[in-house]
Amino acid sequence: MTSSMFFNITTFAYLISTVVFFAFLASKNKSLGIAGSFIAYAGLAVQTVAIALRWKESYDMGVGHAPMSNLYESIVFFSWTIILLFAYIDIRYKYRIVGAFVVPFALLGMAWAQLGMNTGIEPLVPALQSNWLLYHVITCFLGYAAFAVACGISIMYLLRTAMEGTNSSAPAGGLMSMFPPLKVLDDLNYRSIMIGFPLLTLGIITGAAWANYAWGTYWSWDPKETWSLIVWFVYAAFLHARITKGWVGKRAAWLSVIGFAATIFCYLGVNLFLSGLHSYGNSKM
Amino acid sequence: MVVKLKAIIIKQDRMGINSKMIVKKGVHFFLYLRYCSKDNIYDLCCNKNYRNLEIPLATTDRSFVTNVWDFFCSLKLTLFLLISLALTSIIGTILPQGALPPEYVAQISATKLQIYTKLGFFDMYHSWWFIALLYVFSLNLVSCSIKRLPHVFKFISEPTLVLGEGQRNSFSLKKELSFSGPVEKGKDRLVEFLGKEFSTPVITEQNGEYHLFAQKAAWCRLGVYVVHFSILVIFVGAIIGSLAGYKGYVTIVEGTSVNAFEGRNGQQMPLGFEVLCEKFNVDFYATGAPKEFRSILTILEKGKPVPGYSQVKVIVNEPLTYKGITFYQSSYGQANEGGEHFISVTPKNGGAPEKLTVRDGVVVTLKDGTTFKLLEATQEVRQFAPGFSGPAARIEVTRKGAAPQTFIAFKNFPEVNAQRGDALIFGYEGTNAKQYTGLQVAKDPGVWVVWLGCALMVIGISVAFFMSHKRIWVVVSKGHARMYGNASKNQAGFQMQFEDISEKFHVIKI
Repeated sequence: MTSSMFFNITTFAYLISTVVFFAFLASKNKSLGIAGSFIAYAGLAVQTVAIALRWKESYDMGVGHAPMSNLYESIVFFSWTIILLFAYIDIRYKYRIVGAFVVPFALLGMAWAQLGMNTGIEPLVPALQSNWLLYHVITCFLGYAAFAVACGISIMYLLRTAMEGTNSSAPAGGLMSMFPPLKVLDDLNYRSIMIGFPLLTLGIITGAAWANYAWGTYWSWDPKETWSLIVWFVYAAFLHARITKGWVGKRAAWLSVIGFAATIFCYLGVNLFLSGLHSYGNSKM
Repeated sequence: MVVKLKAIIIKQDRMGINSKMIVKKGVHFFLYLRYCSKDNIYDLCCNKNYRNLEIPLATTDRSFVTNVWDFFCSLKLTLFLLISLALTSIIGTILPQGALPPEYVAQISATKLQIYTKLGFFDMYHSWWFIALLYVFSLNLVSCSIKRLPHVFKFISEPTLVLGEGQRNSFSLKKELSFSGPVEKGKDRLVEFLGKEFSTPVITEQNGEYHLFAQKAAWCRLGVYVVHFSILVIFVGAIIGSLAGYKGYVTIVEGTSVNAFEGRNGQQMPLGFEVLCEKFNVDFYATGAPKEFRSILTILEKGKPVPGYSQVKVIVNEPLTYKGITFYQSSYGQANEGGEHFISVTPKNGGAPEKLTVRDGVVVTLKDGTTFKLLEATQEVRQFAPGFSGPAARIEVTRKGAAPQTFIAFKNFPEVNAQRGDALIFGYEGTNAKQYTGLQVAKDPGVWVVWLGCALMVIGISVAFFMSHKRIWVVVSKGHARMYGNASKNQAGFQMQFEDISEKFHVIKI
């Protein structure tokens, strides 16, 4: 068995999980919810094995390094962290339905990685040959994943307010009856960002430390650095907005969605549209 | 204008945030208390220390100074600044920064160029308005802290020891215990219980009741101020770095040394010592991707190698620091001076090979009238010609009366050189040209201040996000004791702890 086979199984598991979660939304059948969660966990387990295997395979090839060195590996890791964070929310707060809005993010990531990217293991270019790679990537992506979860929850919040707003007379029926109450969604959004923000902060700091160690400057306003700071500003605004009137609920949910959009741009947009220090493929030192 | 607080009615909005306080004469105004959490307000309102609190009333005749002060303390300003910083920062990631590439200047209209330049968009992170935003941001941080820290300190140092009647109803976490023994005995037993299960309580006697108050981690309310302070520390570190530090670049040809480097603005700056580049090498993976860029450097003081700084390997991610100045592997290239290449020319029908020494681009004429010139050479061809490795040169050969031909001559693949169907076999034998190594040079005495700030930030965020100020009150009266609990964060977690304590509390025999 190779890691690439396991990654395909993972993608398939997330696909099934997403479908089952959507069926859960439509049917309100509790056992479907449980099935959705467990398929996602099974996918997470397989993916964990796959990542470990890929790590080992890189050593077998003589170019051993943590599997976090290019866009393919990072997006696989991102999917892994999203499901990990979902598992945390599911087990800790028992709101399984969140899966319907979070697992699709992981599915999108895995599908794109498996279908649209070069999956080959590449040796590390000199710039990435450092232990900082591991610390930097893990903290950043755990943070990103928490923001992805927060975004999924915010979308639920906005959907629910939109539905309740249009027919306020009737209690939200249909799909909405599955959603946690608004106050809970708002709180879960906040809790996810409470996880993501410290991790993003650590990610930026480890990145700065690494940049200083490798290039002699901890901050050079490179597009990647700047965008990570933009994301940090947005979530800092979110956290401060919670203690002032009028910036909770709907506005907080929008801030969370905007924050995740900025996160995705920071992660992908900067690499695809802008140039800079993080264009991994190029052999810049 | 100063009024005495007579009554406070607290209205909670959906998020549990207090918004309105009503004072004498029905004047509505927002107190700084609005930034406190629910229990802070209760504490402040019901604590007798605050009952006769004198509060400057927000009226229209506030002085200009107060207005300015309130402006800098306001959370609205914080939100405005955070969002402005986020939005404006985008500009610098889209427009080129620093020296503009000519292609960019050519494609942009003259007016746009002029406007952008005027607005400082091409060096926006150092433009006056961006720096000004950062200064206002710092001012906002400092003002907020000055305004609120005294209250937080007071809250920590003078906790609410006695719960008022109205206050008691506001707790969601409470538990009652009935007992038949004397009040004194109940108090002693419960003091011991709290000390064992939670933390040692403070005892206050009032109106024949005993009020026990115990708390944990009150100081964690300071976490958020540590985070704010850490941002200022990082700014200070950055300012020290920009005033006392420098960054630059130096190229050193193999076998030579330098005693100065080129600063950011292009001027030569002395190092105070010499750096000798002994050797530069690039290693490649089998795929042709670079594996390691390696300079071997020696530091010289008065022409002599410094012990411990001789033949030091410097690669990407492993810099060399000497006397506070750090050298980072950054680039490399072929040095121009002294670059001679060796080419062998062997007749295909046999005969002794002819060794020629040529220079880049200089035409050489062979005995039979064939001319050739070396177009370019590399010491590692892998990245240009996959499947091959080692030194190679691209040469242009013109047979007498024929059109010029361009091909690659390898050093390690004579059979490939021979396969080229021609009367003469060209081989590349290497060069005596030297390579240069390009090093970033940096000195930043402020960097440790920045790391200190980062460490403070991580500590502050951990405290502010993951620790909670937990408080338990026990009111012991004749025949019964009531326990109340409150936590500043993670209510769910504290609820479990409180219920755990409650179960034991409930079965106490007095």
